[in-house]
Amino acid sequence: MQGWFSGLTLARKQAVWAWVFLAVPLAFFTLVRFWPALDAFALSLSRWNLVGPRKYVGLANYERMAADPVFWQVLGNTFEYLLLGLPASLLLAFLVAFHLDRIQTGQGLLRALYFLPHLTTATAMAWVWRWFYQPPPVGLLNAWLTALGFAQQPFLRSTTQALPAVLVPAIWAALGFQVVIFMAGLKAIPRSYYEAAEIDGAGSWQILREITLPLLLPSLVFLFITTSIGLLRIFDLVYNITAGGEGGPLNATKPLVLSIYQSAFGRMDMGYASAQTVVLFVILLALSLLQMRLLRSRP
Amino acid sequence: MKIIRPGRIAAFTVLFLGGLVMITPLLFMLATSLKTGGEVYELAFLPREPTLDNYLEILTHSRFGRWFAVSLTVATISTLSVLFFDSLIGYTLAKFRFRGRGIVFVAILSTLMIPTEMLVIPWYVMAKSMGWLDTMWGIMFPGMMSGFGVFLMRQFFLGVPDELIDAARIDGLNEFQIFWQVALPLVAPALSALAIFAFLGNWTAFLWPLIVTTSPGLYTVPVGLASLSGEFQTDWEMIMTGASIATIPTLLVFIVLQRNIINGIMLTGLKG
Amino acid sequence: MPKLSRSASLLRGLCGLACGVALTVGMARHAAAVEIEYWQYTFKQRVEAMDALIAQFQKANPDITVKHVNVPYDNYRTRIAAAIPAGEGPDVTQLFYGWLDDYIGANLLQPLPPASFDTAAIDRDFFPFVQGMKVEGKYYALPTAVRSLALFWNRKVFKDAGLDPEKPPATLAELVDIAKKTTKRDASGNLLTAGIALDTAGQDVQWIRQVLVNEFGGAPYSADRRKVTYNSPAGIAAVQWYVDLITKEKVSELGFLTDGVTAFRSGRAAMTIDGSFRLGAFDGQKGLDYGVTELPGRDGVRSNFASYWVNGITAKAKGEKLAAAAKFLAFITTPAAMQLWMETVGELPARVAIAQTDAVKNHPKYGPFVRGLSYAVATDFVDETIQRKVMMDLIDTVLLKKTPVAEAVAAAASEEQKVLDTRK
Repeated sequence: MQGWFSGLTLARKQAVWAWVFLAVPLAFFTLVRFWPALDAFALSLSRWNLVGPRKYVGLANYERMAADPVFWQVLGNTFEYLLLGLPASLLLAFLVAFHLDRIQTGQGLLRALYFLPHLTTATAMAWVWRWFYQPPPVGLLNAWLTALGFAQQPFLRSTTQALPAVLVPAIWAALGFQVVIFMAGLKAIPRSYYEAAEIDGAGSWQILREITLPLLLPSLVFLFITTSIGLLRIFDLVYNITAGGEGGPLNATKPLVLSIYQSAFGRMDMGYASAQTVVLFVILLALSLLQMRLLRSRP
Repeated sequence: MKIIRPGRIAAFTVLFLGGLVMITPLLFMLATSLKTGGEVYELAFLPREPTLDNYLEILTHSRFGRWFAVSLTVATISTLSVLFFDSLIGYTLAKFRFRGRGIVFVAILSTLMIPTEMLVIPWYVMAKSMGWLDTMWGIMFPGMMSGFGVFLMRQFFLGVPDELIDAARIDGLNEFQIFWQVALPLVAPALSALAIFAFLGNWTAFLWPLIVTTSPGLYTVPVGLASLSGEFQTDWEMIMTGASIATIPTLLVFIVLQRNIINGIMLTGLKG
Repeated sequence: MPKLSRSASLLRGLCGLACGVALTVGMARHAAAVEIEYWQYTFKQRVEAMDALIAQFQKANPDITVKHVNVPYDNYRTRIAAAIPAGEGPDVTQLFYGWLDDYIGANLLQPLPPASFDTAAIDRDFFPFVQGMKVEGKYYALPTAVRSLALFWNRKVFKDAGLDPEKPPATLAELVDIAKKTTKRDASGNLLTAGIALDTAGQDVQWIRQVLVNEFGGAPYSADRRKVTYNSPAGIAAVQWYVDLITKEKVSELGFLTDGVTAFRSGRAAMTIDGSFRLGAFDGQKGLDYGVTELPGRDGVRSNFASYWVNGITAKAKGEKLAAAAKFLAFITTPAAMQLWMETVGELPARVAIAQTDAVKNHPKYGPFVRGLSYAVATDFVDETIQRKVMMDLIDTVLLKKTPVAEAVAAAASEEQKVLDTRK
């Protein structure tokens, strides 16, 4: 054995070592990632309730999906989370990071305050927020609204307000992480760039547009992708913020992943659930391709 | 030297108020956990007569201690596994030259695109046929390695000079020793960042542990919390107490390790 | 509650000790004791009652041990369905009566061994609706307890509103009247005390569909239970009456204090409709002085909704495990077990003779439920989850989308009909 190995060239030896190192990981990724992904595709073409045999049904699950108004509503909700949540959370995070970056004293403390919510579990916080959103006498938000002379709001009990109301804690929880990433990006910009620009007489708006934002692009792209994926896969919060995890009044807050969960583990409709996961996969794939394009165009 | 401008003070004030708003839910949770029965349904933020009764009740009558142990075990083992394997894979992909390297890297990277939700059903079926349902191994097997970690570690290993590795080879170290003794210590900051991500990810994981566990003795903290609000029970003060118990240790760890955690995340942002 | 649960856990500890001793003794006599697994969903009082029953059973049968597993309600069905074909999971399991067809269809259950369970005796001794558990002449499952709905009222809130605290409403008209008198709002119109706590995620769905529709002179389903029939003037009137409590009489709001149980428990609702299984939770609330009465009727018609959880033997149990499972199932459906279950959980005995004793019938809290049981109907569900959601959506459509009631009822009926049409 030893003799066989020592007779190899250095390059050969390296290759042997590489495959030895990769053997277990490759087995893992094949069995626990690729194979299940392919299996989910296969399941999406069958009818199966976990018990008894799988039955191949062709595209029936997809046809059913296309004809199901609840599916389209759920898909719409999923994109609403994305389209409302992405700009709101990135803008907010940038504003906080931008100003926090320029503060000398107490920066660590402030950053910690913003970061703390990121450490909580969605399950626990969903309940706190649910309580905040209650009508009087217990709901804090409504108490403040009425104290300030505004009408009280139904929040989670409204078909239009429920989804944004669920989004707020999602943004709240992710904000600290985004702020830290933005601050890292800001710190990486050499001071001399700013000084040079100031000597050239550039205004602060111009500096922001022509120096800060372009140089912050890598952080921005990173956050754009991680935040989008997070929002498209929102589940824990929605599940716990509505009693019994139904997804709001008239499915107003139900996202795709909750619908997948209910199909698979509430109704044991594995085929239909898999078909919905395929849709989610396609959306995430499109997003990843977008990311690659964005990164390629990076200066 | 620095002149404190009024704009800065205003910015500080606004940021500080914003920070207070950020931690309001956490304070509310803690305050509610110190209230007794009827007080919960009043609007007052602070408890009139703070009491630890709820904590005593929950710690004696639920299996919180056990859930904690499970969460800690699962998160620790998964994190160690992720650290070891992801850095080994990252190192191999960064520093070895062999045919198929590019394909392996792209393949592992592409697993980032597969949503967990899509894998949960096949994992369930797999766990069922392997007899892993309702076991601790069942909770953690899907998270033993992560594509994200491989990507992160490869980026960092690319920055390790080849000369160091060649020198170690001349010294007669074998390839694993080179990885373990020479290369790995050089990327320690990246390891701590990855450790934080892996640990937090496992600590807060909900969907998979919820699905794979059956016995209350095997719940992780988030699943145990969810089970406190069963179909017919809503003890709000208990739920807030449970939520506090779940959050406090994480907060303590954060306060102790604040600098490492923040630096780790900053590093990731720059390399990612 | 703390006091109760502390003594219960002490009891459990003692029982555990006793079982431990019994087990050791048993082990000495029998080389291998049979272990069977029992599953039910997580609910404090049910778990305590079953722990006590298991301790008694093991004492009487030292050669059998019962492993008691609790699963959160949300995941209960999935767990069972996944576990049994894999050869894991329970030998005896609790299931909602509405799931029986599903379970039999999926080969999860086996018929109760006729040697231990006499069909004729069950027909005679249990409440008649339990015969729903009989398929082709064979019983597949038996309940320990059955439950019905009743109206809970808060004496203190009644007194504060100047009402007689011993006079709960007997009719729907009285209910509205009392609710209006007990509702309290602040200057800006915020609800402080609800006349009645309403919650469609709770029992209201059953109250509307199985009770109100009947009391307004209609029927929710056809006699053969294959057709949805509440899309009728009576059904529309029933839904309208319920919605009016919120929109017209303004005596309640959905989501008030997050849910109906919390609203009533915290003393901020004068009345609520709920099941006997809630007695435990309400009794544990300090300072809550409440009474229970039969559901209010209308024009002399009273109706009620019965439901029950049953225990069945799974397909997994074979040989000596099957024998042990049968023995255990027989034990937990004995009159003594039913008595213990009622005292711990608040659910009523499933055997008519035990439920209809004077002690139970005149009991201030169990009495109204038992009286309600005599005319209660157990809805024959195809898929309780979906059928419940249909009703919840119906109420939400009217309240939030301002859809006319008639239109919303028609839509719900056709939606629920689709579910019934999947029945084999």
